[in-house]
Amino acid sequence: MIGVFHPGRSLVHRAPALAKLGLLAVLVTVIALQTSLVALAVASGLVVALFLVAWLPVGLVWRQIVPVLWLLAFAVPVQVVFGGWEAAATMAVRLVLAVALAALYTLTTPVTATLDAMQALLRPFRRWIDPDRVGLTLALTIRCVPLLADIVREVLEARKARGAEGSVVALAVPVIVRALQTAEHLGDALTARGFDD
Amino acid sequence: MNEIVFDHVSHEFDAERVVDDVSLVLREHRIGIVGANGSGKSTLARMINGLVTPTAGRVTVGGLDLARHAREVRRTVGFVFTNADNQIVMPTVREDVAFTLRRHKLERADAAARVEAALHRFGLHELADRPAHRLSGGQKQLLALASVLVAEPAVIVADEPTTLLDARNARLVGEHFAELPQQLVVVSHQLELLDGFDRVIVMEAGRVVADDRPEVALETYRELIGSPR
Repeated sequence: MIGVFHPGRSLVHRAPALAKLGLLAVLVTVIALQTSLVALAVASGLVVALFLVAWLPVGLVWRQIVPVLWLLAFAVPVQVVFGGWEAAATMAVRLVLAVALAALYTLTTPVTATLDAMQALLRPFRRWIDPDRVGLTLALTIRCVPLLADIVREVLEARKARGAEGSVVALAVPVIVRALQTAEHLGDALTARGFDD
Repeated sequence: MNEIVFDHVSHEFDAERVVDDVSLVLREHRIGIVGANGSGKSTLARMINGLVTPTAGRVTVGGLDLARHAREVRRTVGFVFTNADNQIVMPTVREDVAFTLRRHKLERADAAARVEAALHRFGLHELADRPAHRLSGGQKQLLALASVLVAEPAVIVADEPTTLLDARNARLVGEHFAELPQQLVVVSHQLELLDGFDRVIVMEAGRVVADDRPEVALETYRELIGSPR
């Protein structure tokens, strides 16, 4: 979800985020329950059709799916040994389809639309849960991933420059200190932007 | 212009007095605050937005006391931080600008129009759907400025907004600051950013040691830090 949204005007792009989230949940559940390779082939056709409707760049879609292929490179041989070819193929297709559907959602839905959808979902529970706060927490969680990745990268470079490559302390201490400082600064920025309750 | 008043304001942090009995009335359009590291200038600027609460004295903006009306004051005072990375909350450029308006309860179309206007004003419209964390330093600072200005504040406080930028980006951000109609309070080490300002305040050890037109106040500052002209 970290900035992979690809703008467009397709039917998939224009569909409400809440409807897409609901459909995503249903499709992933149905696919997870399928044991027949024929049914999974039909589901694959449906997923491909959805991607065609969304009209996304092939390279962009491929980059979302590649990470799961690395996982399958290890998982499939294990499954073949313990469950046979059919079980391995079923597991692989289910996983790829689930990841592809999730990627389709994130590629066609801005984060703000997801936050609005989450807030709409939580509205009936407003008495116990503050939807705005949950939405903000989600946004901050997404935002903090690249921030923390940058901190770790810079600290790793600094550790290397000082010749302390193996030191866990030289990694952990600066990362924790900078993460806490960043959290404090982010809190100040939120307060300054009016999110002060 | 709003009237920003510091009335015998002090602030202590860990038993150290970082701002010491400062009294000022700021009415000018563009005001600069300079001083060495630890002089208390950033703390003073943060008090205008209520990010720091004075341990003694009173700060008011447009007659509103920050101690009691911090939330109302923040609606009229925008704050730009040194490191734009810490100010960006949402994943994409457009979403981050729009985020500021989530608390403003605007009609969706009005909010979208204001966001697009802010993006165009700072030349960010072509980057609107890009991941915000992948922008250059200068672009991030312009995004931070756009995210503040979309709320149409009457006052903008900026704490060393160009310190982390290269000369070209610092000049670009400075040009945008120069065009702002809002009342501007800028804390900066980069004195060229204060060109054309109406007033410059020099801080040293938590106190105001000079408060004058830029050419006079900056002369005092240069003498203070032992810098050649």
